[in-house]
Amino acid sequence: MGKYDAMWEKLNIDLPAHEGLMEVLGKFYGDIYLSQQGRLQGMEYLDLVLSEIHGLRVKELQEAKQLQGRKVIGTFCVFVPEELTIAANAIQIGLCSGADAGKEQVEKLIPRNTCALIKSFMGFKLARLCPFTESCDLIVGETTCDGKKKAYETFGKIAPMYVMEVPQRKSEQDRALWKAEILRYKETLEKLTGNTITAQSLKKAIVIVNNKRKAIQRLNKLRVADPVPISGRDALLINQVGFYDDPERFTNQVNLLCDQLEEKIARGEGVAPQGTPRLLMSGCPMAVPNWKLPYVTESSGAVIVGEESCVGTRNIRDLVDESGQTLDEMIDALTDRYLKIDCACFTPNSERVDNILNLAKETRADGVLQYTLLFCQPYAQENFRVEKSLQDAEIPSMVIETDYGMEDVEQLKTRIEAFVEMVK
Amino acid sequence: MTLIAGIDIGSRSIEAVVLDGDTVVFSKKMPTTFDPLQQCRELFKEINAPHVVATGYGRNLLAESGLHPDVQTVTEIQAYALGARAVHPEARTILDIGGQDTKAISLLANGKTAKFEMNDRCAAGTGKFLEFMATALQIPIEEFGDFALQATHCPTINSMCTVFAETEAVSLMARGESPANIALGLHQSIVNRTKSMLTRVGITPSLVFAGGVARNPCVVKNLEKELGIQIVIPDNPDMVGARGAAQWGRKHFNA
Ligand code: SF4
Ligand code: SF4
Repeated sequence: MGKYDAMWEKLNIDLPAHEGLMEVLGKFYGDIYLSQQGRLQGMEYLDLVLSEIHGLRVKELQEAKQLQGRKVIGTFCVFVPEELTIAANAIQIGLCSGADAGKEQVEKLIPRNTCALIKSFMGFKLARLCPFTESCDLIVGETTCDGKKKAYETFGKIAPMYVMEVPQRKSEQDRALWKAEILRYKETLEKLTGNTITAQSLKKAIVIVNNKRKAIQRLNKLRVADPVPISGRDALLINQVGFYDDPERFTNQVNLLCDQLEEKIARGEGVAPQGTPRLLMSGCPMAVPNWKLPYVTESSGAVIVGEESCVGTRNIRDLVDESGQTLDEMIDALTDRYLKIDCACFTPNSERVDNILNLAKETRADGVLQYTLLFCQPYAQENFRVEKSLQDAEIPSMVIETDYGMEDVEQLKTRIEAFVEMVK
Repeated sequence: MTLIAGIDIGSRSIEAVVLDGDTVVFSKKMPTTFDPLQQCRELFKEINAPHVVATGYGRNLLAESGLHPDVQTVTEIQAYALGARAVHPEARTILDIGGQDTKAISLLANGKTAKFEMNDRCAAGTGKFLEFMATALQIPIEEFGDFALQATHCPTINSMCTVFAETEAVSLMARGESPANIALGLHQSIVNRTKSMLTRVGITPSLVFAGGVARNPCVVKNLEKELGIQIVIPDNPDMVGARGAAQWGRKHFNA
């Protein structure tokens, strides 16, 4: 018996199926990550977190639950304010949904032409494969797209579901709605945990989460050096781990990594030669272990210098104003900060285009890959506008529509290699 | 001058071109078969070039095989762009319809790729589609275009999916539509799809049409009619990719 089998069994995980999953994931990780040349030493932390993905961290969660009575909150989207979760002394983790699982079971409950992300979180639950999902006392969804909105109704029958209503516009009324939703979430948390969120606890939490964002911001500033000191794959992995590791430990580790990056840059060392074509990824979120596109891209003679994505800059670009003293001031600061998110679910959403153009400039990208999950309406719709604006700015771009399957890898390779040849 | 071989390993056929300076001194086309590397091995008995540039879906296979000490690779997009410019220096737009994929490429005046489109996963609108339909109508593929040109009327085929298009063809047949008319309908559906792909990259003359389907007179004629421009068909449309690969080698090795 493996060292975590008993724990997994208690969580009602399907052990044989889970073992199969871990094997595939391990191999995948080896091929895509460990095979990289000149990796940073600090990446060992990430390798450990990842190789122990369903072990160590889940064990920590179980201990926090049993010994400290803390609650675990699962999320799928960057709209759920982690500050409140932490202020209520609960733990927030992003549920991955980056791989196909339990397809047959899922397609009995939701349409086949649903985006892979939604199918994945349903599938992991139905196939009893995810100890994170099983550890959750509450799973918070949000009404960002029709697919999710409706899927949560079904998901709610098999998991402890709570849904926040995200507005679709950013006017005063929408802000009022969003503030009310934040307050409603606060009450829900207080009821669930039995802890009252105070100005003091929230202030502390705001700083914790801001520091996490600042650490990734620092990383993003450093990675634009030429030669690039860190691969896009590794940077993506850092963003992904940031969703489920302990926030303070994560912040420390990322800062340590950044120290190393600074030294590396000073020595003029990179993971790819100077002048390697630089690409920006933009669009749908890439949850663990959705590494297909970054891997194909970086095996095609390019480096990824930024992610305009929720698993990327959209999650960390804006900080919460720390000057608030009263609870109400802080709630206002949270409301404003979260309404700055430029998810494609908003209409209109011109901020996103501006943000992409700025990011392309800051990262000195030679081109942009617009990543869209098959059947994702909001991002597929925005692709046209984004492409047009990039064209006007004379930045080449290409739309990649795909899912978690591997059948199109060869096709993707040809297209991306050709794109890289084009921007060279 | 150093000899440079360009090899285009496609899903259906392998083409090879050897350049001595700007002159093509060898060219050959053979089926890919299930063992493309064996085919390449045979090929290397005939050609003896110090540099090889591979393109097509089998390019990496050849590069990694160790069959030849110096194999570089380029994508089909770049190979077709360079090949088309080599046979027709005025080329600004390139269409390639091959066995299993279709691509449309637009070039800047200096020959650099400006934009490209490729069909995705399925074989809709490719040579495979025509081949499948010709078989269904029991017409040899080489004659399929001429056969369609005998049509008196063009029924609409809505589906681009090879499987569903066949169903449509069968139901048209059941309604008494002549095989030639159905063939024209099938050709027209390829033309429509190709047109929209070309429109997405932008059509600047000259338009060079490469790949096996460029030999089909019905596709060419109807595409010209739809676009309202004259299309350039190279003497050997299937060899353009291989030629382009070799051309890349000329630049790369300064030969
Ligand atoms: S893309 Fe939109 S819905 Fe998806 S995680 Fe980001 S903010 Fe949430
Ligand atoms: S990828 Fe698109 S469709 Fe899927 S959950 Fe996100 S917004 Fe919705």
